[in-house]
Amino acid sequence: MTATTSDALLEVRDLTVTFQTPRGPLDAVRSLDLDLEPGGALGIVGESGSGKSMTSLAIMGLQPRAARRTGSVRLLGRELVGMSEPDLRRVRGDRVAMVFQDPLSSLNPYYTVGLQIEEAYRAHRPGVTRREARRVAVEALERVHIRDAARRVNHYPHQFSGGMRQRVMIAMALSTEPELLIADEPTTALDVTVQAQILDLLQEIRRETGTGLVLITHDLAVVSEITDHIVVMKDGVCVERGPVERIFTRPQHPYTRALLDAVPRIDDEIGELRAVTPGSAVVPDQVVPTNGGPA
Amino acid sequence: MPRFLLSRVTSGLGVLLLVCLFTYLVFFALSPDPAVQICGKNCTPELIDQIRGNLGLDQPFWTQFVQFVVGIFAGRTYGEGVSAVDCAAPCLGYSFQSSQAVWDMIVQRLPVSATVAVGAAVLWLLAGLAGGLLSAVKEGTFADRFITGLTLTSMSIPNYVLALVLQYVLVVKLQWLPFPQAVPFADDPVQWFLNFVMPWMVLAIGYAAAYTRLTRANVLDVLRENYVRTAFAKGLPPSLVWRRHALRPALTPVVTIFGMDFAGLLGGALITETVFGINGVGKMAADSIARNDQPVIMGVTLLAGFLVVVGNIVVDVVYTTIDPRVRVNA
Repeated sequence: MTATTSDALLEVRDLTVTFQTPRGPLDAVRSLDLDLEPGGALGIVGESGSGKSMTSLAIMGLQPRAARRTGSVRLLGRELVGMSEPDLRRVRGDRVAMVFQDPLSSLNPYYTVGLQIEEAYRAHRPGVTRREARRVAVEALERVHIRDAARRVNHYPHQFSGGMRQRVMIAMALSTEPELLIADEPTTALDVTVQAQILDLLQEIRRETGTGLVLITHDLAVVSEITDHIVVMKDGVCVERGPVERIFTRPQHPYTRALLDAVPRIDDEIGELRAVTPGSAVVPDQVVPTNGGPA
Repeated sequence: MPRFLLSRVTSGLGVLLLVCLFTYLVFFALSPDPAVQICGKNCTPELIDQIRGNLGLDQPFWTQFVQFVVGIFAGRTYGEGVSAVDCAAPCLGYSFQSSQAVWDMIVQRLPVSATVAVGAAVLWLLAGLAGGLLSAVKEGTFADRFITGLTLTSMSIPNYVLALVLQYVLVVKLQWLPFPQAVPFADDPVQWFLNFVMPWMVLAIGYAAAYTRLTRANVLDVLRENYVRTAFAKGLPPSLVWRRHALRPALTPVVTIFGMDFAGLLGGALITETVFGINGVGKMAADSIARNDQPVIMGVTLLAGFLVVVGNIVVDVVYTTIDPRVRVNA
């Protein structure tokens, strides 16, 4: 464990998320370390089932109830593992906000986007009036470049396009001015041109607000655009980490090389798309005995 | 909005016309000659012909059918001259048994069936929602399994068995309830209320079980929704997440089912009313079927169809206010 006095925004040490299965304990994330400076941007890259989404949930203590989280997660020096639920609630949405993959299902269809932004804001600013919260919601929508925000704030999620919905999610996350934004595959459900717009928006927000960013994706092209460090995950374990430049030019681990090779290029010969490595696109199935577990 | 309502009402009327046609067809084709039935013991061929003429039974099928439908909206006259009988709209004909107007018979009994339906609905909604919520909150625990077992048991007990068992236990053995006797509300409200307790319970138990299952499944489904995860990630207090983000989406579909169930029940609970001797539309239906009283059967069938159609329209209208996605942008 590291010292308490550190000016890191996020410091994750030995994070492990374990599920009990009939065949023994299974680690969805094992002994993961992450570091992020204030205002920095970190990319977590891996295939489906590599544990990257579980990592993002575990940082906020939102892992499934059946899972056990161990290790250390420090946000601005405060330990989040073992923190009481009410205290965690004050961190969630206020200091750390999340943007999820599918903006349509991540917004409640029964309520206006305005109400959903307002409740996020009011949850952390007790005593704020509705009017004040409404003003914040409109401003948040304006900040993510939703035109006619004062009117759109009264609309329901289904009245927005996919890209606009993701903007709403980002607006909601930013309404409380968090120090850290965790974006879990924020562009995966969107088409390519909209993806680029959302990435531009995330970049712009980082520049303007100095919010730290953890970007989780399977798409190396996405991380290369906006993050400065990359962690490559496979089967719940970090296989390689380093600055974007280095990872792209001199990947050390064969899995990282395979990931890089799998990015389709315009000058590729027409033919089959390359798989990452034979058989590796399968969700990990092996039960990993942890210390103390049945061998 | 008015256009949406108009199209629903039009299609509803279409459904009712079809219900009408099919029932009319079935009884036209299957039942014995009503004229013989009405004629009684001292019957002559002349008398039968006269009755046929008065009832319009000598007319071809389509003519009879059109007369019946027109009668509902405009009223009709049976027979001619001095013996003519005026049947005012809505005219559903006269009972072959009692010669009472079918419409009047229904109007008399509908409040009784409504009383049975409303009381049962209150019971099953309370029990079903509470049971379902408890079951969902305690998913996988003993309480959940116990409630599940209870619902499966109650769903598989037939109403008439339950009715008899309840009567035996509550009235004969424990004597918690007085022996049922028909009293008007104004005479003795307490006895009136106690009379309905058992029918309400018998009717409600099956529905309550079904609503428990439905509520449990819906709540568990919604808890797995991404927007519930979003709500927790925003740091909302769990009570607010439950109330706002879980319960409303989970309970909205219950409104649909409830609208249909309740509407169907208003048209009479055949078995329960018969077992408890409650003089409602359901018992009237059972009696008229036993006696092959065609006009009454037709009337009750149409009433049930009408209530279901109206119930559906009401549910649709209610939905436009509780689910923003189906709000009509007109």
